Amino acid sequence: MPFIPHTAEDVAEMLASINADTIEELFDEIPADLKCGRLEGVPPGLSEMEITRLMMERAEKDGLYLNFIGAGAYEHHIPAAVWQITTRGEFYSSYTPYQAEASQGTLQLLYEYQTMMASLTGMDISNASMYDGASALAEAALMAVRLHKTSNRILIPKTVHPIYRSVVHAIVSNQGIEVVELPYCQESGQTLSESLAAFGQKEFAALIIPQPNFFGVLEQVDALTDWAHSKNALAIGVVNPIALAMLTPPGEWGSHGADIAVGEGQPLGIPLSSGGPYFGFMACKKALVRQIPGRIIGRTNDLDNKTGFVLTLQAREQHIRRSKATSNICTNQGLMVTAATIHMALLGPEGLRRVAAQSYTNTQALIEQMEELAGVKRVFSGPVFHEAALSLPLPAESVLQTMKEQRILGGLDLQAHYPEIGNAILVCATETKTAGDLKNYTEQLKQALNS
Amino acid sequence: MLIFEHSRPGRRNYSQSPATTTTDTGNIPKNLLRKTPPLLPEVSEMDAVRHYTRLSQKNFSIDTEFYPLGSCTMKYNPRACNSLAMLPQYISRHPLAPEDTGQGFLACLYDLQEILKSVTGMAAVSLTPMAGAQGELIGVMMIRAYHESRGDTARTEIIVPDAAHGTNPATAVMCGYKVVEISTDKEGNVDMAALKAAVGPQTAGLMLTNPSTLGVFEKNVSEMSRIVHEAGGLLYYDGANLNAVLGKVKPGDMGFDVIHINLHKTFSTPHGGGGPGSAPVGVAERLLPFIPVPIVAYEEGKYHWITEKERPQSIGRLSAHMGNAGVLLRAYVYVRLLGADGMHRVSEYATLNANYLMVELRKSGFEIAYPTRRASHEFIVTLKDIKDRTGVTAMNLAKRLLDKGYHAPTTYFPTLVPECLLIEPAETESKETLDAFVTAMKEILVEIEEQPDMVKAAPHNMPLRKLDDVKAARELDLTWKPSS
Repeated sequence: MPFIPHTAEDVAEMLASINADTIEELFDEIPADLKCGRLEGVPPGLSEMEITRLMMERAEKDGLYLNFIGAGAYEHHIPAAVWQITTRGEFYSSYTPYQAEASQGTLQLLYEYQTMMASLTGMDISNASMYDGASALAEAALMAVRLHKTSNRILIPKTVHPIYRSVVHAIVSNQGIEVVELPYCQESGQTLSESLAAFGQKEFAALIIPQPNFFGVLEQVDALTDWAHSKNALAIGVVNPIALAMLTPPGEWGSHGADIAVGEGQPLGIPLSSGGPYFGFMACKKALVRQIPGRIIGRTNDLDNKTGFVLTLQAREQHIRRSKATSNICTNQGLMVTAATIHMALLGPEGLRRVAAQSYTNTQALIEQMEELAGVKRVFSGPVFHEAALSLPLPAESVLQTMKEQRILGGLDLQAHYPEIGNAILVCATETKTAGDLKNYTEQLKQALNS
Repeated sequence: MLIFEHSRPGRRNYSQSPATTTTDTGNIPKNLLRKTPPLLPEVSEMDAVRHYTRLSQKNFSIDTEFYPLGSCTMKYNPRACNSLAMLPQYISRHPLAPEDTGQGFLACLYDLQEILKSVTGMAAVSLTPMAGAQGELIGVMMIRAYHESRGDTARTEIIVPDAAHGTNPATAVMCGYKVVEISTDKEGNVDMAALKAAVGPQTAGLMLTNPSTLGVFEKNVSEMSRIVHEAGGLLYYDGANLNAVLGKVKPGDMGFDVIHINLHKTFSTPHGGGGPGSAPVGVAERLLPFIPVPIVAYEEGKYHWITEKERPQSIGRLSAHMGNAGVLLRAYVYVRLLGADGMHRVSEYATLNANYLMVELRKSGFEIAYPTRRASHEFIVTLKDIKDRTGVTAMNLAKRLLDKGYHAPTTYFPTLVPECLLIEPAETESKETLDAFVTAMKEILVEIEEQPDMVKAAPHNMPLRKLDDVKAARELDLTWKPSS
């Protein structure tokens, strides 16, 4: 019996103690007409050897590709130690650290994580993580509305990841919150504060500012942050954590800094894995701490005055406040944050900076090589970090299809979300790409365009 | 010692990041460039490995201790589930890679959807929710979308039993509903008179956990279903306790319209120190149009995503990609290892273990909250009399259990039983472990009588003694600072 240790003798002794004849008798409070009998549609069990064969066959069918897609999920090198330590049973199979004395490992690690994320984002505090970047952004919007009190309007640029926008819409619209989308400059690919006057006439709770934005373009974050503050609204930064090793953190944007910073934590040591599990991060100014959702770890002392760590400010959370909680969220992404913390510790400030610098350099090199091909050019003039939109002389779909046959994922077709741009792809080259990879890419793109 | 305290300026790991020394930032304007490096530790690989290995050793975990944590289903997490989900092709697949480059991956997801449909009796399943609370949110959003699609906008209330998880009322509020709490009768069932009084044309739905968090099966569930449906409301099944009835009862057969399943409980994906979870939602026929996307379909020999295009009334997307895909793969390996027979056995042995432990603890002198009922896969011990007599609380006993090498049961939940311990020994624990746990509980019972102050000051054998929660909340210290 897989994963059940009972011998026949055990079962007999246990039933005798309970004073029941059969295990089935223990289900006698369930009305007979509700019992389902045999499960149909569930295949018979496999041995570990058989399921290994099946999973390996399916994996081999999918194969491996040279990947140049980014668009919110980025391929980076993950040091071997990260997942070897993360999947130790004591991290992998432990529960939420409610029993602090039996969870000091996870709690201290989360405190270290909060410190690292607060510093990376330039904010005062960080929570212990959210589900993913998109839902973290939705929670930041809800937080801003709770703080503003008189406006339930959120401004979100069209340069924010289109799926993030739809997730924000799906989550906040239940609470009657109005989400207003802002246009971008078709030339620079940026959200320009000078074109926002019309949107600022009516009160709003927050302006969301992506950095870099979905097109890979860097926004003029100082002007946008100051504009939001001049309208008595919060500024919420949506940022890439690798880019923060190179770019001004949200806490230093404009005259007073953004108020909340969120983003997708995946680039910090989490494999692409078809979209999850990842983790979202959320950091904010100290004054907002009682409105931040999710778990928070604090440092304190034990009875002998020794330093220790506990879950704190739990009075905000659903298990205490029930219907009056700041959010219904009950979990963080503990294991993912374990990996991210170890990842950041292994890379350190200089390692993280180099990952960012090499990703930037590779993308610049790739853009230059691509622009040498006839009819290929950058869509936007704004500066980029490690991703860029390039227009093609042929429909993107067929070009990407041809490249895929050479086992290259050439980028993301922008047609579905930004039809106004025409034939264009979003391309990303992180530090994982060699000079040979870039050359291979350009060569295959050239052939696809000529075929 | 914190990792930052191991840090030395200039120490770093040369093999794990690019060799580049360039600081070229091209055409990026100066005001957009970071001026001071982030506060990350500068340590060697060995420093980091030692530090985090040592931290891990300060944790309790299923791999090291018995974890009788009620309503959390802390069963063994098979290692094969992890190693097979981490095959290179699965973990390096980009979420936006074309469907035809992920047919093997999609086949696993499709099979999992079908198996979950079979065991729950629902018409369709979406795998996207990333945690139990998000599954609930999505479920209640679908209830709302259903009523709105019919122009039935007067429904403003969600009914929740007082024994429910805190996420239930919090979720209803996030969906813009008013929460109506109904009481529980002496036998641990939902008070039917209270339910009848609460339903009406304003009722959008009822959220129910069955077996409930009191550890008993709601015998009147069919009647409850009839009452709520006749009033025009829908029934939501919180799958937190599905482990107790897996292969015995299907939520669909109990009349539920929408459900969520906690894969990190019933389907053995790891709790990971507090996530990631994964909570697929299942729907009955009438909620099909509203199911969240993407879901996987199989047509003409190919797997493909169903998106907003095919489901224009969908409540939409709740995650940037495909939920917690890696967790789904772990659950898939688990269900294939179990097969149909194994699934029947999950609830059978979980229930056997719970009833055995309940009876043994009762024989040892502990008071059971609902002594006339069968335990489902969990049950409640109340220390009310002990506390009144000796001042020793459920939390004191919980902390004393840590000293004896057992994780504490769930304490003070559900809130309606005073001084309660909610105890759930999952099916993967052996009789010897349960017997040893009973012995430890008996020892504590003696200690409570003979040295109550020692029990009140527990734990004594952990790396730290009792921690000061009040100080933590009053003097917030949430990040390390170099001077501190």
